[in-house]
Amino acid sequence: MKDTSHINPLENEAIYIFREVAAQFEKPVLLFSGGKDSITLVRLAQKAFWPAKIPFPLMHIDTGHNFPETIEFRDRLVKELGLELIVRNVQDSIDAGKVKEESGKYSSRNSLQTTTLLDAIEEFKFDACIGGARRDEEKARAKERIFSVRDDFGQWDERNQRPELFDMLNGQIELGQNVRVFPISNWTELDVWSYIEKEEIEIPSIYFAHKRKVFLRDGLIWSHSDYVFQEDDEEVLEKMVRFRTVGDMSCTAAVFSEATDIASVVQEIRDSTISERGARIDDKRSEAAMEKRKQQGYF
Amino acid sequence: MEVLKIATAGSVDDGKSTLIGRLLYDTKSLTTDKLEAIEKTSKQKGYDYLDFSLATDGLVAEREQGITIDVAHIYFSTAKKSYIIADTPGHVEYTRNMVTGASTSQAAIILIDARKGVIEQTNRHFFINNLLRIKEVVVAVNKMDLVDFSEEKYNAIKSDFQTLMGKRDYQDQRITFIPVSALKGDNVVNKSNNTPWYTGETLLEHLEALDMAAVSNVGTPRFPVQYVIRPKTEEFHDFRGFAGKVYGGELSVGDEVVALPSQTKSRIKDIFFYDKKFQTASRRSSVTITLEDEINVSRGDMLVKVGDLPTIEKEFTATISWMDSQQLNAGSKYVVQHGVNKVLAKVEKIHHKIHPDYSGIDEDTSALGMNDIAQVTFKLNKPIFYDKFKNHRTNGSFILLDTQSNNTVGAGFIS
Repeated sequence: MKDTSHINPLENEAIYIFREVAAQFEKPVLLFSGGKDSITLVRLAQKAFWPAKIPFPLMHIDTGHNFPETIEFRDRLVKELGLELIVRNVQDSIDAGKVKEESGKYSSRNSLQTTTLLDAIEEFKFDACIGGARRDEEKARAKERIFSVRDDFGQWDERNQRPELFDMLNGQIELGQNVRVFPISNWTELDVWSYIEKEEIEIPSIYFAHKRKVFLRDGLIWSHSDYVFQEDDEEVLEKMVRFRTVGDMSCTAAVFSEATDIASVVQEIRDSTISERGARIDDKRSEAAMEKRKQQGYF
Repeated sequence: MEVLKIATAGSVDDGKSTLIGRLLYDTKSLTTDKLEAIEKTSKQKGYDYLDFSLATDGLVAEREQGITIDVAHIYFSTAKKSYIIADTPGHVEYTRNMVTGASTSQAAIILIDARKGVIEQTNRHFFINNLLRIKEVVVAVNKMDLVDFSEEKYNAIKSDFQTLMGKRDYQDQRITFIPVSALKGDNVVNKSNNTPWYTGETLLEHLEALDMAAVSNVGTPRFPVQYVIRPKTEEFHDFRGFAGKVYGGELSVGDEVVALPSQTKSRIKDIFFYDKKFQTASRRSSVTITLEDEINVSRGDMLVKVGDLPTIEKEFTATISWMDSQQLNAGSKYVVQHGVNKVLAKVEKIHHKIHPDYSGIDEDTSALGMNDIAQVTFKLNKPIFYDKFKNHRTNGSFILLDTQSNNTVGAGFIS
């Protein structure tokens, strides 16, 4: 029988995009959060360049409020694959007085990342930043290009985007501009999970059901942690939960789950009636929350 | 897994976003939180029905104006296929978005408002889908509920559209008519009781039944080299792999190939996909190819089979779709990006402008404005290796880049 394991159209498209990045840009970087999407990107990049190494570094914009499991995982992966990792800290931007920590019940460092990211892009003169955003995640992202040009201020002009035709990616930019690249633009959440299952890609343990101290607020399950403000009357419970999406502890809500292995996670996603970003506290702020953050240079 | 990309075209208020919303709703692809958001907003606006267009119109400006101004991508899947819908706006001034959405699609849905019938915009939508040689077109006659599901009305629209079909250039395009009500859900996913006179498939049934091999574009194999992989490690000391995507057909180990532009011959030694060797590289697979001989091949070059050469020329004529607010003028210079190859090009002659509503051509044109479609001859500073668009959808197309702004300012189809 003919071997057809190389004809997944989404995988082939992503590999093509990675190779275009390596060919068209001088200093690309892969933005790595330790989440499942960026882990998937690393596997796709390995496939694109084998037997050579991935020809660009990874960069993590660390809010300091990450799940410890994610950071451990990040460091192990980088070591195993012999990749270069750059870490830039939001705490440093706060200490330098460039951004102000939010206060109050819903405070999060999520939107502060933008400043740290833009500073790092300038510091290293990165001309292409590869990210794991997908168009199915959120309405404003549905309009995002695969090669998305940002101006000198890192801003996204959504009304004036370059048309993208056929397979052809136009990465020509002026000095100071940079391009955000989204190789898995056309993947859905289920596509990513199915790929992780098929490829047997290792992911951080928080994606699987585990016992965790949590509390309930606004119908969402919040992690009980030093980084999350909690009212006195918000009772701490111990529950079996897992995370569908992993950002900061302060902006990622958990879901109740018994899925302890990848097959049952995939099944759960298949059956799910809540969207992935339904558990993102940062998106609940307003209907246009993501578009607003994107215009300011957020990933 | 099969992935079908569909472009949609319809005029303002034809209910395109509603149709997509309906597809998502009836295939249970809308999640509870998205549905809740739609219910909430519909109620706020005082509607007594669910406004599905809210599921797709993603930008603030669009929600304010209630129109779609950019291509949005919407995803859903059934047990059989994954679908990617490019939701493209239908205004006259947004021709460029329609061309963009259609350029990656294998199928298209053209919406017609049953109350208005075939209008000038419909001609335009059909023209563009035909120009881009989309193999499969569905004409969805929408808002049937507002014409009492009249068979007579439907047949009149069908017959008007068939007149239009007589004018098309690409005759092999398959066209299917379906009477629907996106708002009420008739014949979108579920069969309608209101159209007993219609015995055909519902829209989703039709899409599900499409044979992917039949809607794909098959031609001769072309392998544009994207990137040369040279690991220079001990284990792979002499490894020189040519990375790229195979278009049009298959390539196999042992095939005798010619490298362009050098015209040097060699044979395919190995085909890698990641660390695994394959006998054959299928169409649209991103592989790495090694050759028997050490020949000089770099990005922008192309490997083709011996005896299957494309045209190698420093000049070509193409139908172009102009997408920039700055005019294209005869004599101006642009970068032609043909696949992964870039060359400098000069506009040698604008032959004529083509009215995309089948109302004729304008001779004596010296400049093109945004959304114009025209026949243009380009002179290049070095040869490219192309096929005619009608024979090869990938190797017969290109984009134009502005040398100053770097923007993508046009798309072309080589004739």
